[in-house]
Amino acid sequence: MTRDSPQDSRPSFTRAALRNGMRQAMPLQLAMIPFGLVCGVVAEGKGLSLLEAVLMSAFCYAGSAQLLALSQWAVPVPVLAVTLAAFVVNLRLALMGPVVGPWLDRVRGWRLWTSLFMMADQNWAMSVREMQTGRGDAGFLFGSGLVMWITWVVTTAAGHVMGGTLRPPGGHPLFFAALAVFVAICAAMWRGRRDLLPYAVAGLVAVASFRLLGGTWYIILGALAGAAAGVIRDRRA
Amino acid sequence: MSLDPWVLLAIACMSLATYATRAGGYLLFRAIRPPALMREMLAYIPGALFVSYVVPALFIGGLQQWVGAGATVALMLLTRQMSLAILGGTAAAWCVWAWA
Repeated sequence: MTRDSPQDSRPSFTRAALRNGMRQAMPLQLAMIPFGLVCGVVAEGKGLSLLEAVLMSAFCYAGSAQLLALSQWAVPVPVLAVTLAAFVVNLRLALMGPVVGPWLDRVRGWRLWTSLFMMADQNWAMSVREMQTGRGDAGFLFGSGLVMWITWVVTTAAGHVMGGTLRPPGGHPLFFAALAVFVAICAAMWRGRRDLLPYAVAGLVAVASFRLLGGTWYIILGALAGAAAGVIRDRRA
Repeated sequence: MSLDPWVLLAIACMSLATYATRAGGYLLFRAIRPPALMREMLAYIPGALFVSYVVPALFIGGLQQWVGAGATVALMLLTRQMSLAILGGTAAAWCVWAWA
């Protein structure tokens, strides 16, 4: 088979990349534990059974969306409202998928569909960094996501079981661990001075839309504005 | 172990909506062959996305969040170890919380 394009298009989903993804994701799990526990505790508080809480984490597998949906939980469940909430919070995932496109283009069938399912913020960020070094393939995305998925389901269940007994107060620093993950990713994504303008524009637009619009649109609006600022600057230079 | 049909329906709908965002963005990009401008933007999306996530949270946060975030960034830039940065940052936030 000849390579007629600069990009290698042979299928690739190696066991080595999968193992590497799993290994690299391990240390991050510590920071995810509080987030999953909180999700389980909240689910219990809203009257979900253990099985229901576990099913939600296993199939939805999206922390911020689940917490937002649970905040609107009632009897009977406002199905449309919670679905819409999950969709809007997760729209950022639609921006994330194309970034790992070079890996995903090289897998088909169940490997493609499960790799997409396993894509979450933290392991996507790790995958982008791995991709930038020229190593790895979709197996990395899948493997790192699988470790996170297991942690997520197990800690949700643990949180539900602890439910009534353990309830850290709202301002407890344990909750900061989830934010710290994203702060660390911001710093890890920093590629030098050329990122200053997109970072600044993203931050400003995010805060402005957070204050003016409320909801969760600010994540997507900030990301698009920051990225657009970077490209416009590059094109004028 | 109870399973309420409405809860089950809500979980199914949430899960489908979430998967639609995971797969949808990638499939759309693959199908429409987007213009160069959009492809160039992808390189800036990762950083800008997480900044947009974090800055409003810090905006409404207090000293605990600010000190914790500062410590996390400093540790990340100094050590390049994400787990160390997260643990150290959370520890710093905890100190502020304990002393406040």
